[in-house]
Amino acid sequence: MAAITPQRRVGWLSANFVVIALALIPVLWLVSLSLKTPTAVLDPSFIPSQWTWGNYSGILTSSQFLRPLLNSIGIGLISTIVAVGLASMAAYAIARLQFPGKGVLIGMALLIAMFPLIALVTPLFTIERALGLFNTWPGLIIPYIAFGLPLGIYILSAFFREIPWELEKAAKVDGATPFQAFIRVIAPLAAPGMVTTAILVFLACWNDFILAISFTSTIASRTAPAAMEYFSGGSVFTVPTGPISAAAVVITIPIIIFVLFFQRRIVAGLTSGAVKG
Amino acid sequence: MSTTTPAVTTKPTPAHAAKKGKPQLSEGARAERRLGFMLIAPAVIVMLAVAAYPIVYAVYLSLQRYNLALPQNKAFIGFANYAAVLSSQYWWQALWVTLIITVFSVAITLVLGMLLAMVLHRTLFGRGTVRTTSLIPYGIVTVAAAYSWQYAWTPSQGYLSAAFNNAAPLTNQVQAIIVIIIAEIWKTTPFMGLLLLAGLSLIPEDLQNAAKVDGATGWQRFVKITLPLMKPAILVALLFRTLDSFRIFDTIFILTAGNNGTGSVSILGYNNLFNALNLGIGSTISILIFICVAIIAVIYILGFGTAAPGSDIGKR
Repeated sequence: MAAITPQRRVGWLSANFVVIALALIPVLWLVSLSLKTPTAVLDPSFIPSQWTWGNYSGILTSSQFLRPLLNSIGIGLISTIVAVGLASMAAYAIARLQFPGKGVLIGMALLIAMFPLIALVTPLFTIERALGLFNTWPGLIIPYIAFGLPLGIYILSAFFREIPWELEKAAKVDGATPFQAFIRVIAPLAAPGMVTTAILVFLACWNDFILAISFTSTIASRTAPAAMEYFSGGSVFTVPTGPISAAAVVITIPIIIFVLFFQRRIVAGLTSGAVKG
Repeated sequence: MSTTTPAVTTKPTPAHAAKKGKPQLSEGARAERRLGFMLIAPAVIVMLAVAAYPIVYAVYLSLQRYNLALPQNKAFIGFANYAAVLSSQYWWQALWVTLIITVFSVAITLVLGMLLAMVLHRTLFGRGTVRTTSLIPYGIVTVAAAYSWQYAWTPSQGYLSAAFNNAAPLTNQVQAIIVIIIAEIWKTTPFMGLLLLAGLSLIPEDLQNAAKVDGATGWQRFVKITLPLMKPAILVALLFRTLDSFRIFDTIFILTAGNNGTGSVSILGYNNLFNALNLGIGSTISILIFICVAIIAVIYILGFGTAAPGSDIGKR
């Protein structure tokens, strides 16, 4: 690059500043609202005029939020583990084995990744009610697995292609059993791709709203984003702004920390498959 | 669960493989095929069960008169549901709202995403911090972000409403759609920026420098070198963003619940199922949305040519 003039330095710094400010303001607004007392909520300033932890203690002692939070974590983890497991098998086959129909499989995965979810809500709702899956954990886990799979297959097959599989043979020549060769050589190489995929699939499950409000009816299986809708204020006439903001912060902050911590992996995963998480 | 995720080793694939196999296939190649089919079988079965079968079932339901409130009136009525939906102003209004949101949010996101990608690519100071911070909108739960926008635009409570003279944009059709588009742009620009950044970093630096030596201005270099070389990355990003934007639901559901003529086709489908309990009409809307998405995908894939996603798999 050419010499860096002071104007250029100022230009880039202000561009950086604008990006950071735009990304953060709506998040800081939620944090601010969650710390405001019910009267301070009525004041549009960014800095709360009266502070309280009451919104947090309120939602964190209420089963109306804790149970859905538990549902979100449980449903998200189970869906992620199963989806990554099944996607790994399929991606291994695509990357390593010769068999007809690979193109069809990838095409099918892409098609499902682009599916308008609402188009499935009506028929799945009917099917889930008939099978007794409505308002149960499996009722959400099964669709989440199905929509995690295309993402997983796409990203993992790209990752698996880049693993130097000859190393496995080399390890066997050196006297390793096939199992040892897999565990000691291949698994550590495959792990980063699987972690990336797991993060993106989990984010997609954690984020889902349309399936969560369509296939649940009580806190037995309702997930956290869907439960916020049902919060109530101090009286019928108060909008529960504070508690909803606190809940939004609680379900968002861990994800933000998570995203920041794994940012390299996430960027690699998003751009390898070019598939939306 | 047991019906959709069977054990790996059971089930139908070997017969399938044997039938398709050519006679001169060696034993090893045949075994490899069999293993391949066995490994993909569970994933294929789950995807077929949850995505393909319901679409077929939705076609069947869309040809029925079927209201959950009046189940005894269920009957085959041919294409009457389609006639009802396609002659209803609610469908056309929802489709227009969806198309407007999609076109504006995707177009603006493309421009802003390109700017973000340039900042991330070229900035010399604090690149890590900017990249990290710009991932926040991507990571935040859509519903949580939607609540932030809703409260920001609530008159006498929100900072944005206060900044615009106590405006109440969410009660007005055009203004509410603008707010929805802004929320959508904020949430999705980082994703667009990252995809474009991946394309941008593939452009050889020499090419840019050579053009600079030949006296090309920054804008000329952008139009003549950067854009053409980034075409595949741009098309992939646009395809995913367009299809994703077309199914917009969460943001509208929280911001306006589709009131004042701001509902998207997804909101219309949802309301038909859960407020009107009309499975026939709801399925008809599902099928029509599916057809719209297929049309969008086909238009893009024709535009892609050889750059279609999936065709690059072999190159990796």
